[in-house]
Amino acid sequence: MILKHFARKYLREEVLPSTFCPGCGLGIIINCFLKAVEELGYSNLNDFIFCSGIGCTAWIPSPHFKADSIHTLHGRAVAVAFGVKMVRPEHHVVVFGGDGDIAGIGIGHLIHAAKRNLEIVVIMANNFTYAMTGGQLSPTTPFESLTLTSPYGNIEKPLDVVKVIDAAGASFAARWTTYHIIPLIRTIKTAIKKNGFSFIEVVSQCPTIYGRRAGFKSAYDMLKYFKEHSVPIEKAKNMSDEELKDKFVVGIFVDREKLGFTSLYKQVINKARVKL
Amino acid sequence: MSELDKVFVDEKLCKGCGICINICPYHVFTVKDELKGIVTPIGQDKCTQCGICEIYCPDFAIAIVPKKGM
Repeated sequence: MILKHFARKYLREEVLPSTFCPGCGLGIIINCFLKAVEELGYSNLNDFIFCSGIGCTAWIPSPHFKADSIHTLHGRAVAVAFGVKMVRPEHHVVVFGGDGDIAGIGIGHLIHAAKRNLEIVVIMANNFTYAMTGGQLSPTTPFESLTLTSPYGNIEKPLDVVKVIDAAGASFAARWTTYHIIPLIRTIKTAIKKNGFSFIEVVSQCPTIYGRRAGFKSAYDMLKYFKEHSVPIEKAKNMSDEELKDKFVVGIFVDREKLGFTSLYKQVINKARVKL
Repeated sequence: MSELDKVFVDEKLCKGCGICINICPYHVFTVKDELKGIVTPIGQDKCTQCGICEIYCPDFAIAIVPKKGM
């Protein structure tokens, strides 16, 4: 008997092997998401609707998942997910996007969806670069890092998207790396069950486009770097900015109980009906 | 392939990134095809069926027989 990988019951067989480069972290994110879905007791993805923009990460749901998905304009995945959630509030709407897609061109949509506390899950794979177009500088590229458009080092400080989401007032925000698979699975489970805007940033390795310019030899090299350079949020509170310079602070940043947009919208409809 | 096998690698899907070789705490995997880097399990008896390679494999190539009682 030849056994199949557990995720393959949720994936379209005709698109395998996947289009990702060898060692890409997006496969690990797919595995973690589908493991969380499996542990929550879903045998298929019929209760989910996926939205994605343009980029490597946007390829996760669109050809791979056996589910309904929308592959939309660059950066507009959260805006489209907003519409989908308003029409189908009983479904789980999940957005997959890269850092260029979600935090670069689509940051306005992201902040407003977080402000309204819409009940969707946004999973942002942060690979520090615009990988699909050849490795240009993205808003989350680390300081002094080498990319295609910064051959002498990046002079910009990276954007901390989780803190932006926290300031916008979302229910749930967390950051993990592709090395932390077990906490990531647990966090995705919490995020799917949460009634409010849930944002998960996953720091992911891109060995082909980013890694080779930044000086990593293999995908495992990058995973090892994530392991050595991540600090839990409880420990990071007592550390100075100088110590946290090249570190990733990981953990659950925000977990608030707050009414979501669709439930408030329902209340407004009921109020208006009574007046009539 | 015997009935006692616990680890399976789908050679059509493996892209040879080598994450499983490094991540497995019991060194179950080794490179089979030097040119493509495709891996094969050599230590079936050493495998404890923890399943981390299944999650770390980005190409859905590894399958582990689930542990009894889990």
